[in-house]
Amino acid sequence: MKISYYPGCTLKTKAKNLERSALACFDVLGIDYEELPRWNCCGAVYSLADDDLLHIIAPVRDLIRVKERGHDTVMTLCSMCYNTLARANELMKNDEKKRYTINTFMDEEPDYAGEVKVVHFLDYLRDVIGWDKLREQIKVPLNDLKVAPYYGCTLLRPREVALDHPDNPTIMQTFLETLGTTVVNFPSATVCCGSYQVLGNPDAALKVSHGILNDAVKHGAEALALACPLCDYNLGFRQDAILNNFPDAREIPVYYFTQLLAVALGTDPAVSHFELNRAGSVQLLKSKKFISGTAS
Amino acid sequence: MSTTEVAVKTEIEAKLIPIYIMGKKYEVPETLTIMKAIEYAGYKYIRGCGCRGGVCGACSTVYRKPGDYKIHVGLACQTVVEPEMYLTQIPFYPAIRSTYDFTRLSGQAEEIFEIYPELFRCVACNACTKVCPMDVQVMDYIAALKQGDIKKAAELSFDCIQCGLCASRCMGELPQYHIAQLARRLNGAHLTPPAEHLKTMVANIEASRFNDGLTKLKAMDTETLKKTYQEREMEPATAGEDWTPKDNQYL
Repeated sequence: MKISYYPGCTLKTKAKNLERSALACFDVLGIDYEELPRWNCCGAVYSLADDDLLHIIAPVRDLIRVKERGHDTVMTLCSMCYNTLARANELMKNDEKKRYTINTFMDEEPDYAGEVKVVHFLDYLRDVIGWDKLREQIKVPLNDLKVAPYYGCTLLRPREVALDHPDNPTIMQTFLETLGTTVVNFPSATVCCGSYQVLGNPDAALKVSHGILNDAVKHGAEALALACPLCDYNLGFRQDAILNNFPDAREIPVYYFTQLLAVALGTDPAVSHFELNRAGSVQLLKSKKFISGTAS
Repeated sequence: MSTTEVAVKTEIEAKLIPIYIMGKKYEVPETLTIMKAIEYAGYKYIRGCGCRGGVCGACSTVYRKPGDYKIHVGLACQTVVEPEMYLTQIPFYPAIRSTYDFTRLSGQAEEIFEIYPELFRCVACNACTKVCPMDVQVMDYIAALKQGDIKKAAELSFDCIQCGLCASRCMGELPQYHIAQLARRLNGAHLTPPAEHLKTMVANIEASRFNDGLTKLKAMDTETLKKTYQEREMEPATAGEDWTPKDNQYL
């Protein structure tokens, strides 16, 4: 059955490498999807104030669009979008009073009560496609690539929307093993990357980001796999600042999990837009002969 | 029956209905537009009235009807009065129009983000779309811009008449219609292929192809000019795609 695909704003601008690589994987895996024809920003962060229903309007409106298309599932790629949509969905399912207020406010839309299922590509791979089926599709096993699975916060917290055990997750590990990589588990896998602190307190965020990368390197990782454009910004894009500020820092490539999947599925490296990652990212994949030398 | 009596009778036949203009009750003929009703009630337009043809966006009006919580909107020059409507015109609504050097822009979404950072204050409440008298999907074009899709925003906002009602209702305090205008400008300048026929025409002008015609016109006395204008060959309203004028020396 066809499912709705919700991209999220960042995937259309800064994180095209996340979206394009994922869509190439959807095609290889035969996922029947349709990008929502009308979608708005999910809100990016789920509002924690108990009475702040205003910021729930945006994600609920997106979920209504899914329902309108007659789809029962919406697929996300960005872990922030996943988190925001999934939590808004939980609220609409479980809180009768707030559901009433929100539905009454959106009187131009059909009522919504959490009928749609919000999934992330990772749990779709696990629960719908299955690791064994996925393994059969691997054309370029990423053997000997030592990858640390980095979850960050929003795939795992809070528990109600967690893809896996919030403190001891294995989903990304199993995913990476399926691709053939050597998984490097490290204690910082579920530590916050610094998130939006990068705006208000960039030094503090940098320190946290450095701690995570350093931990991965110390445990023998050659690369990091993640699912969030904000994590990628803090851990990938800001690595120059980290290298400049911390003498013990080492450069380490950071990939979206979908880019590694796209390479393992044997897609054209162009779809993964490695030019949006750090320069060392594509070099590492070339040196391991996962992609040819001419790819950018 | 005399002609005078007929005229009087016609006037009486137009039923009077009560409407409330800025809270004050007036009896006006039910056939009038809001704009004519306001004038009938004795107001005189100095501003807040432009083309009277539903295009310029100067006469946006909001009103409510008895027993209905919804805000209704319309252009005063196009909307017919209804009994018991409470109305006021909002001919102008302050919204910041940023200053930018258009020649330095290249059609990147980030340029709009920089010029109008308040774009990201949108919470998707949809009040803008609901209030738009032109049925423009305002919230959707704002969403498109956040996604970096300038072309989509330009197309969705094409019918905007810049009345400003969207900005009046926005809880994020966005100047939607100014942002959309920038999107349409960028779309026209950078994201739409240049028209080939325009290049040819400009080259023709620069090559003085129309000079003798213009010189002839300039030398005419007023009467000949008027006659030439009135007798010019016009494309008939029902002309097909392949219509060409008899005199095609300038084509």
